[in-house]
Amino acid sequence: MSDNNQNSDCGCKKLNLAKDAPAQPLSRRNLLLKVGAGLNGIAAVLVGVPLLGYVLSTFTRKSANSWISLGPLDGFPEGETRMAVYRNPVSKPWDGDTAEVPCWVRRIDSEKFQVFAINCTHLGCPVRWFQESRLFMCPCHGGAFYEDGSHASGPPPRGLFEYQHKVDGSELKVLGGHLPTLAEPL
Amino acid sequence: MLRSIALWLEDRLHLTKLFESTAGHKVPLSTNSWFYVFGSGTLLCFILQIVTGTLLAFVYVPSTSQAWTSLQYLNNEQFLGWFLRAVHNWGSIFMVAIMSLHLVQTFLFGAYKYPRELTWVSGCVLFLCTLGMAFTGQVLRFDQDAYWGLGIGASIMGRVPLIGAQLVHLMLAGSTIAGETLSRFFSLHVFVVPGLIIALLSLHLRLVLTKGINEYPKPGSAVRKESYENEYEEMVHKTGVPFVPNVIGKDLIFSGCLIIAIVTCALVFGPAGPSGPPNPTLIHTAPKPDFYFLPVYAILALLPAYMETFLLLVAPVIGLAILILLPFYSGTGEKSFRQRPFAVVVVLMAFLTVGLLAYLGTYAPWSPHMEAWSSAVTPVDYVKGRSALELHGAILIQSKQCRNCHSLGGEGGQRGPALDTVATRLTPDQMIRQIIQGSGNMPAYGKNLRPAEVTALVAFMQTLRPSYQPGARDSTQPGQSVPAKDTGSATRASR
Repeated sequence: MSDNNQNSDCGCKKLNLAKDAPAQPLSRRNLLLKVGAGLNGIAAVLVGVPLLGYVLSTFTRKSANSWISLGPLDGFPEGETRMAVYRNPVSKPWDGDTAEVPCWVRRIDSEKFQVFAINCTHLGCPVRWFQESRLFMCPCHGGAFYEDGSHASGPPPRGLFEYQHKVDGSELKVLGGHLPTLAEPL
Repeated sequence: MLRSIALWLEDRLHLTKLFESTAGHKVPLSTNSWFYVFGSGTLLCFILQIVTGTLLAFVYVPSTSQAWTSLQYLNNEQFLGWFLRAVHNWGSIFMVAIMSLHLVQTFLFGAYKYPRELTWVSGCVLFLCTLGMAFTGQVLRFDQDAYWGLGIGASIMGRVPLIGAQLVHLMLAGSTIAGETLSRFFSLHVFVVPGLIIALLSLHLRLVLTKGINEYPKPGSAVRKESYENEYEEMVHKTGVPFVPNVIGKDLIFSGCLIIAIVTCALVFGPAGPSGPPNPTLIHTAPKPDFYFLPVYAILALLPAYMETFLLLVAPVIGLAILILLPFYSGTGEKSFRQRPFAVVVVLMAFLTVGLLAYLGTYAPWSPHMEAWSSAVTPVDYVKGRSALELHGAILIQSKQCRNCHSLGGEGGQRGPALDTVATRLTPDQMIRQIIQGSGNMPAYGKNLRPAEVTALVAFMQTLRPSYQPGARDSTQPGQSVPAKDTGSATRASR
């Protein structure tokens, strides 16, 4: 206590005490302050690290893609492009309708297919198929794609995202499980 | 009795002292101006948002399977639920608008200059937080627009180099738009961002008290670091008046009008949405952002593709740095906008740009009209007196979805040029080339049209010109005469 008074006498502010601290002998209060600060530092790490880990877990989480059936081959007539819907393989019970993912299936001939994501490669809006002009058109910024998914016009930087697919017995399957973006196409 | 309670509270809480150092602090007399009401107006909007938002959360269910249904319940069954939703929506619109005015006013009045740098910086971050509230709030109205809006946000994140995919996962709380995504945005909208706003607002108001409110600047009196604070203190000492009760009157009148305006809009226009259910398989939708983000929506349609990623990722950072760091490179000197023509031009340009883009965003001329091919009417004058071949062309213009991008008689998309007078601009050869090969924003139809169909289309398009104007001619063949056959009946109805 007397230290404080002496310092106040010289007109210094109390905060200046910290500068003089090393010169002083290790007082009881000084020790408690240091131990207290150190202890709280450890406590902050103990709480903070798991907290950051919890929040950032989605940052590091990899997409878990898996093979999903789009239904029997009969559902896709040759020479036509049709919408198919699959349930997201990583869905949660409370996802509701958002777990239903649409895609466009183009059956070129009996064996050859193309499966496109519904999302425009520009900014992800849902592209629509127009049978008569054989184009996919996007309602947002006017992107258009040919029937083989290649870029036809407008701002999209590339053709439609195309799923890997396989014919398994009498079923068409695609490898899906994440929203396609330019950073992580299908 | 009342007096003794008041004295007891005063003794325990030191209310007089608190009042003198806050609401009753002295401010320059010149701040008693209608230009100084926007800050308190924004604060009032924020309080209104907190109250209505908290009450909405009594009923709203932040789950992707239930959110839309709970919004319908709020609109149609919960007593006055529609009113609360409407006030919350209009409160947010007014908050962004009044806050923008506050930003412009402080910019034009040089309020960001020494020694109020931190007030400006905290205000800029508050502005960003408010836009963050607008975006997250739009997601909580979990309908089709919200669902696809999230897809747009994820697509923008996906353009970030190296960590794009990870950022998408962080934003969506997973690899797809699903239950956890909405929970994340609910938490951001209800806890994280409002908490940040309250913290920053405390700092902002504290700074207004410590560094004083900016005086109404006089042209010609420049800010100098050496003398400004003494001059300000002297001014407040000599001519200052307590904020309450001397200056708060105009704030009160403005705030009252503001609340009445919000409630009036809420009563007249009602709540916003929800639009269709957030089912990704219902793709017959044209997603559009709320009005705050219409300029962004517009600019993304109008920019050349090679500039997009730069504009989305780099330009905002540069723009924000210029805005936030303003007091550090222009912290002294002239304050009055009367002596700062460049500042006035910047504000006018910003208003013009944002306003024009938002206006374009409201009717989106770049978006194809997805139903026009089957629903848009062909004007009678365009089919009157046409040959069978030409009429077949008119049918093809519909059935091949040309009308989705090209209008006739004002109906149809505006993505491509209107076809009403196309024959005055293109020769038959040019039409054939354009249809088959496409170019610019037009896809090539070569694979999708048989030669006979192209012939019919071109035959019809050749009739699309006013009778008093000849068709386009090939300039490389100067001897070519005007087509002999004048299809006079092509005249458009007296337009």
